[in-house]
Amino acid sequence: MSDQFIVGIIVFVLASFIGFEIIAKVPRTLHTPLMSGANAISGITIVGAILASAMGSGTFAAILGFLAVMLAMINVVGGFLVTDRMLEMFKKIPRKSESEEGR
Amino acid sequence: MTELAYLAAGVLFIVGLKGMTSPRTARRGNRIASVGMLVAVVVTVVDLLSLDTRLVWGLVIGGMVAGAVIGAFLAIRVQMTEMPQLVAAFNGFGGGASALVAAAAVVASDAVMPTETAVTISLSLTIGAITLTGSFVAFGKLQGLVPSRQMFLPGGSFTNGAIAAAAVIAAGVGMMYDSTNAYWVATALAALLGITAVLPIGGADMPVVISLLNSFSGIAASMAGLVIGNQALIIGGALVGAAGLVLTLEMAVAMNRSVPSILFARFGGTAAADSIGTQPVNRATADDCAIALAYAQSVVIVPGYGLAVAQAQHAVKDLANALEARGIAVTYAIHPVAGRMPGHMNVLLAEADVSYDLLLDLDQANPKFKQTDVVLVVGANDVVNPAANNDPGSPIYGMPVLNVEEASTTIVVKRSLSAGFAGIDNPLFYQDSTLMYFGDAKKALEDALSALENL
Repeated sequence: MSDQFIVGIIVFVLASFIGFEIIAKVPRTLHTPLMSGANAISGITIVGAILASAMGSGTFAAILGFLAVMLAMINVVGGFLVTDRMLEMFKKIPRKSESEEGR
Repeated sequence: MTELAYLAAGVLFIVGLKGMTSPRTARRGNRIASVGMLVAVVVTVVDLLSLDTRLVWGLVIGGMVAGAVIGAFLAIRVQMTEMPQLVAAFNGFGGGASALVAAAAVVASDAVMPTETAVTISLSLTIGAITLTGSFVAFGKLQGLVPSRQMFLPGGSFTNGAIAAAAVIAAGVGMMYDSTNAYWVATALAALLGITAVLPIGGADMPVVISLLNSFSGIAASMAGLVIGNQALIIGGALVGAAGLVLTLEMAVAMNRSVPSILFARFGGTAAADSIGTQPVNRATADDCAIALAYAQSVVIVPGYGLAVAQAQHAVKDLANALEARGIAVTYAIHPVAGRMPGHMNVLLAEADVSYDLLLDLDQANPKFKQTDVVLVVGANDVVNPAANNDPGSPIYGMPVLNVEEASTTIVVKRSLSAGFAGIDNPLFYQDSTLMYFGDAKKALEDALSALENL
C-alpha cells in the first residue's frame, strides 16, 4: 500500500472519531439543521469533482465531471443556505413569567 | 501548501460542527463550515490553474453555476414541513456526486490500479449509488409520490441479499481483471439495491433511513477522497459519516429496535388492527377542549407527524399564546422519532416562533406528566402509546414513549380513530381521562382557540 493511502486511512479514522465525539453533544432540537449542515459538508466532494474533471479526456469523462460538479454544488449551496434559514428561526424568546418571577 | 489549505478547510468543518452543539452558536458554526468549503474550492481551482491540465473550464464553471442556482432555489423555496424530503434529496445528490467522482477515476485510469485504489473505487461507486437511489425512493415516499406504507418485496430480505452479493461479486471481478464494465455492473446493482432496500420501509421509520443515508453520503465522499488522495474529502466525508451514524443509532434507541431490524424486518400488528375502534371513547368538541385547557395551570403539547401534515405549527403557537395570556404554563414534549426525520418537530415549532427552551426531550418531559393538568397530543400516536410500557404482547413493547396518560386530562387531536403507522391499537384513546377531538389538526386547533376566546 502506498504511503499516501495509509495517511488517508489514518486521517479517515481520526476524523471519524472527532465527528462522533462532537455530534454526540449536539442537542436533539438541532438534529434537523445538523443533518442539512452535514449534507452541505458532504458536498466537499465538489473538490473531487473539480479534480476529476481535470483527470480524463473525452466526452464521457467530461459529462461525468460536469454532473459531479453540479450535484455537489447543489449540496453545498442548498445545504448551507437551508441550514442558515432554519437556524435563524431557533430563538430563545424571553417570557413575561420569567421577568415577573422576582415579584 | 494546497494540502495545508485542505487541512484548514477540515479544521473549519470541525469548528463549525462544534458550533452546532448549542442553538446560540449553531448559526455561526454553519457559516464557519461554509467558509471551510469556500477555502477548499478556491484552493482547488487555484491549484488547477497553475497546472497544465486537460480541464475544460467551461464545463466546471457551468456545473457550478447550475448547481448553485438549483441548490439556492430549493433552499429558499422549501417549506419547513418538507424538510425531510429536501434532506433526503440532498443526501442523494451528495452520494451521486461521490459515485461520479469515482466513475471519472475509473474512466481516467489507463494503468492497472493498485488493490487499495480498486477497493476504494468500488466502495465509493457502490455506496454512492445506493445513497443516490435509496434517497430518491425516500424522497418519493416523503413527498407522497411513492406509497409511504410498508411494502413487501417478493423474496424480501433474500432478494436484497442476493442483489448485494451480486454487486460484491461484480466489484470483485472488476478488481481482479481490471474490468471497467464489471465496475459499471456493480454500480448498477448497488443502485438497484438502494431502490429495493428502501421501498419496503414504512414512513414512520424514515428518521432512521434518512440518517443512515446521510451517513452513507459522507462515507462515499471519504472513499472518493481516498481514491483521488484528497484530505479535504476524507475529513469532510468522515465527519458526515460519523454524524449520520450517531443520529441513526440514536433513532434506533428511541424506537427500541436494532438498525438491521428496522431495515430488514417486517414490523407491526395486523391482527390487533381489526379490533381498533370497537371500544367506546370520549368524543370531545372544540368547546370541551377549550374548557379543559382554560382551567388548567399547566399544559404540555405533544406534536407528531400529523402536525406537519396539517401544517398546524402556527395554529399550535396561536393556541399556546392564548393559554399563556391566561397565565397557563405551556411547554412542548418532543419524542425523538416524532415526525419523519430527527428534529423535524423542533424545526416546525421554531418556525412558529416557539422558544427552544420550551421544547422538552423525552427524559425531561416524562417526570412532568404526573403534575400536568392537560396534555394536548397533536397528530401523534405510537409515541404516546402506553402499551409500549405495559403490554409485553405489543409490537412496540419496550420502546420509550411519552407517558401522557399520567396527566389529569389528555386531549388527543387526531383525524380519525385509525391505528398509527405500526397498526397497533392505542389504549390511551379509551382511557376515562382522555378526550378524543377528531378533525384536521390545524382546523381543530383554530376552532379550539376561538372557543377559548368566547369562554
